[in-house]
Amino acid sequence: MTGTDFNILLPEVALSIYAMAALLFGVYTTKDKAAGLITWVTAGVFLVLAFWIGANGEGARTAFGGMFNDDPFARYAKITILLSAAAVLVMSFDYMSRRDLARFEYPILVALSVVGMMMMVSAGDLMALYLGLELQSLALYVIAALRRDSAKSTEAGLKYFVLGALSSGLLLYGASLTYGYAGTTLFSGILSTLGGEIPLGLLFGLVFMLSGLAFKVSAAPFHMWTPDVYEGAPTPVTAFFATAPKVAAMALLARLAYDAFGAIPGDWQQVIAVMSLLSMFVGAIAAIGQRDLKRLMAYSSIAHMGYALLGLAAGTAAGVQAMLIYMAIYVTMNIGTFAFILSLERDGKPVTDIAALNMFVKREPMKAYAVLALMFSLAGVPPFVGFFAKFAVWQAALSAGLTWLVVASAVASAIGAFYYLRIVYFMFFGKDGETVESRMSAPQWIAFVAAALIMLVGAVNLFGIDPAAAVAAEALVR
Amino acid sequence: MSVADIAFYCFAVVTVAAGLMVTVSRNPVHSVLWLILTFLSSAGLFVLLGAEFVAMLLIIVYVGAVAVLFLFVVMMLDVDFAELKGEMARTMPLALLIGVIIILQFGMAYAAWTQAEGALGLRQAVAPAIEDVQNTKALGLLIYDKYIYLFQASGLVLLVAMIGAITLTLRHRKDVKRQNVLHQMWRDPAKAMELKDVKPGQGL
Repeated sequence: MTGTDFNILLPEVALSIYAMAALLFGVYTTKDKAAGLITWVTAGVFLVLAFWIGANGEGARTAFGGMFNDDPFARYAKITILLSAAAVLVMSFDYMSRRDLARFEYPILVALSVVGMMMMVSAGDLMALYLGLELQSLALYVIAALRRDSAKSTEAGLKYFVLGALSSGLLLYGASLTYGYAGTTLFSGILSTLGGEIPLGLLFGLVFMLSGLAFKVSAAPFHMWTPDVYEGAPTPVTAFFATAPKVAAMALLARLAYDAFGAIPGDWQQVIAVMSLLSMFVGAIAAIGQRDLKRLMAYSSIAHMGYALLGLAAGTAAGVQAMLIYMAIYVTMNIGTFAFILSLERDGKPVTDIAALNMFVKREPMKAYAVLALMFSLAGVPPFVGFFAKFAVWQAALSAGLTWLVVASAVASAIGAFYYLRIVYFMFFGKDGETVESRMSAPQWIAFVAAALIMLVGAVNLFGIDPAAAVAAEALVR
Repeated sequence: MSVADIAFYCFAVVTVAAGLMVTVSRNPVHSVLWLILTFLSSAGLFVLLGAEFVAMLLIIVYVGAVAVLFLFVVMMLDVDFAELKGEMARTMPLALLIGVIIILQFGMAYAAWTQAEGALGLRQAVAPAIEDVQNTKALGLLIYDKYIYLFQASGLVLLVAMIGAITLTLRHRKDVKRQNVLHQMWRDPAKAMELKDVKPGQGL
């Protein structure tokens, strides 16, 4: 029994063993001088695992008595997570090594947090869910404080840790109430006990768990940590925060909603709909006053989580499919944008002030046009890919009868377009001011240009992620 | 009232009273000692429940290791606890309010607590029957067989905590002299010492 179980778990086991081997290698050889090698090998391992999961997976299997699921939904999320983590690792190494941050523990912690994310998206049990989440979060707390000589970075790590612990507490409290009702922590078991009228205690449990997870996806009203942590953490770490963990937490939210509470969709749909509405407006309005690119991206990610939650609030397979497509596109846009933010510097010091972008088009027109594509896509302007992401979500929500939410989200999207377009305005029509250099290493340049090209070319057929997301959604919504 | 009942009430009262003393005693070292008493009496409660392995674990791990570590930390850290308590007094009203709200919520949830029809069966299906196996064996079957996945995952979580603690705190200082054992062993005795013939009455 255990042999077959571990067979299903093989990608996670392989990645954990790799992380431990890399740790030993780093400790017993040249320590931080091995950081470059370990970074590249880790990214390579992520890529290999992504292809392995993509090529090997068929059907839906469960392991360890239902605690671990291997189905198309989990595989879709895992491939997105692995690819984005690999992209963020390779594009940030140059920044890390020039800022004296190239610690060999960084890629190892990223690898271990990716193991946690893979466990999250495959979770079939409340305990497995919690352990995956903690493994992921604990590694993230550490890398947020990676620049330990900087007060801001330490503050970011501490703030993230304290609020993350609070959200874990909420989640655990909710899980214990759910266990008290259902008598089991298995999702399938919880699902089998539901039906008809649900008691107040279980509703408490459900709401507490949703709140705990909302912290992790930084959905309003649990978003307060996001701007501070994004600003304080080193920029490559911020880029990582904005991509893979968001996919994992969103997938986990969907899995909990459908696998464990699929029998009572009305009860969680309204919670998620309200969180979605609040996130879209908080993200759009609070970002207007921001002058720092990293804080801006934090609010942008809050708003984007709102749109992704809109798909989940629809409560249909089409909604989950739209959410999955949204997350894949969101991750691509963020990788491109952060590749650009990472490259900005003045006299060798990183710059994140948007005023520094004044008349950027004069100095580097090619990069300015690529940023234009990314910003238009983030704002959701057709014909860029970001529009199709929003369109898919709106379509799903409309067919589920959430017209008021779609109208509200269109308004929020119009408000939010302002700050994306302001960046473009600064770059093309701003005043001449202090100049800023944009220095990119080869992998960074490739990630940046590829993301910008995808924004344009992807509109043709979204690179076929549409059917993959459909299969994934079918596996979840039965 | 049977002997077990009397024992239960003794242990329960001591647990609660000692727990209270942990939070109210002024001297932090006394707090830790009260904590040890809490652990010991809860171990007694576990024995009464028939969970002798957990009771032993509580005494060996919590009293033997964790509490002693606490004691060391409390003695070594120079924290002004009176000042911390002064801080606490300011936020007390808000904390009390939140506490009352949470107790009310508990009350609402538990007063009308219902569980699903099959919940009891599902709960009992996990653990082996108490007549069949002993405590330790039952725990072993659960931890190392049924929940091996969770056990290994917890191991990874602890590994991350360890890496994190080292990453965030270890600094390689360059300005200290380190012992190099190999260097010491390879030292040539012939060159290590120089013998000087000092003539009497002259000095060097």
